[in-house]
Amino acid sequence: MTITVVPPAPSTLEGYNFAYLDEATKRMIRRALLKAVAIPGHQIPFGAREMPLPYGWGTGGIQVTASILGPTDTLKVIDQGADDTTNAISIRRFFTRVAGVATTEHTAEATVVQTRHRIPERTLREDQIIVYQVPQPEPLFRLEPRRMETKRLHALADYGLMHVRLYEDIARLGHIAKAYDYPVMVNRRYLMSPSPIPAFDNPKMHRMPALQLFGAGREKRIYAIPPYTEVRSLDFEDHPFRPIRAPHACALCGSRDTYLDEVITDDAGGRLFVCSDTDFCAERQADSAKEAAE
Amino acid sequence: MTGLTPGFADPALDAQASFRAVLEAMSRPGRIQRTGSSLHLPAPLGQATAAVLLALADADTGFAHDAGAAAEAWLRFHCGMPLVPAGEATFVLATGAPPALATLCQGSEEEPQASATLVIQVAGLAEDEGWHLTGPGIETEHRLRVDGAPEGFVAAWAANRAGFPCGVDVVLCAGDRLAALPRTVMIAEG
Repeated sequence: MTITVVPPAPSTLEGYNFAYLDEATKRMIRRALLKAVAIPGHQIPFGAREMPLPYGWGTGGIQVTASILGPTDTLKVIDQGADDTTNAISIRRFFTRVAGVATTEHTAEATVVQTRHRIPERTLREDQIIVYQVPQPEPLFRLEPRRMETKRLHALADYGLMHVRLYEDIARLGHIAKAYDYPVMVNRRYLMSPSPIPAFDNPKMHRMPALQLFGAGREKRIYAIPPYTEVRSLDFEDHPFRPIRAPHACALCGSRDTYLDEVITDDAGGRLFVCSDTDFCAERQADSAKEAAE
Repeated sequence: MTGLTPGFADPALDAQASFRAVLEAMSRPGRIQRTGSSLHLPAPLGQATAAVLLALADADTGFAHDAGAAAEAWLRFHCGMPLVPAGEATFVLATGAPPALATLCQGSEEEPQASATLVIQVAGLAEDEGWHLTGPGIETEHRLRVDGAPEGFVAAWAANRAGFPCGVDVVLCAGDRLAALPRTVMIAEG
């Protein structure tokens, strides 16, 4: 007797529904997403499922991605701007296995970009969707820990607490000392946490041509910003919002207008600054190499 | 149960495609999307109408409609949604004159998402003419012509919009085409 070994399908994992989640869960998330788009910046509770990775690793983003992803999509996943970190690779591989979708590291080729804490430097287009992984969706959480109370504050659009918080920074330090997770007003109605992206990225959310979806798995909240929607970083007339970046050029591509990571190189205080967006940096390096060759 | 026709050929992928059409329509109000479905449907259900409900409605969503017994049997067999009065429904389907927006579930100030989605089956949809739409999702202005729009809809819409963040979201379906009006959109007559 010969044993025929049937190799598993090259890409997808047997025994799972397309994109891992069952259809009832997807419908529930999809309904939440549609209401989220209709009420820009408003947090909508949803029944987050346990995912095969721990909270804090992007379970909210993964569930949103799983609910929107189709077989023709091309997925890019970044973790702090990088395509090659453990989290980004794991999530890309997860969707390759459970949905068989194509993945890419190039922002321009992606139809869905799932991100942890960065917005790609390359401007997103109308035919792209960006999914943010959100650890804490409630912008008022550190000021008012009671959910019932923050819900009421959102209903009343009473955001004085946050203004006082920013004012206290100015009074104590002379400037607003929030470098990431800098609160924004969406469509002049809802105060929203942009997820812990650097404040440098906040202006990219304003009137972005792409749809922006946010998923918080542990906190079980979904929210969204439709395309071309006004997103303003909170500030004061005499202390306008300023996006901050390290005042250096990228050590690899020389860029002076991208967000930089500081890399410690030795024990003697040596350090260098490189682009946080690895795809953008690699493209610039390739471009300048091509120019040099010509 | 004679004559009950099948739902989506591929429940997972067809639902995904239909949902993405609605998501795209909701994100860019006035832009027409296609569901691309080819279902055998009892009258008066249209392709897009059926696709939207198959993709989104289930036992968790109260449903009200005016589509008649055959459509009801088909939808309830495939989606299993409970029938409730229109004022309590998550999805309201109108194939004829829809109920007044103000009578539908609007949500509350704290939970504006607990509101109705009204699916209206209209005669036709066309871009670049008719209503002028502005608001989130629209770069400058989108135009949408709705053939067979409910009478007095634009005025009723403006009145209901004043309740934001409470409100009702509308999906307009014509054949296998659909467009959406989230509660944020402003409509001016063309």
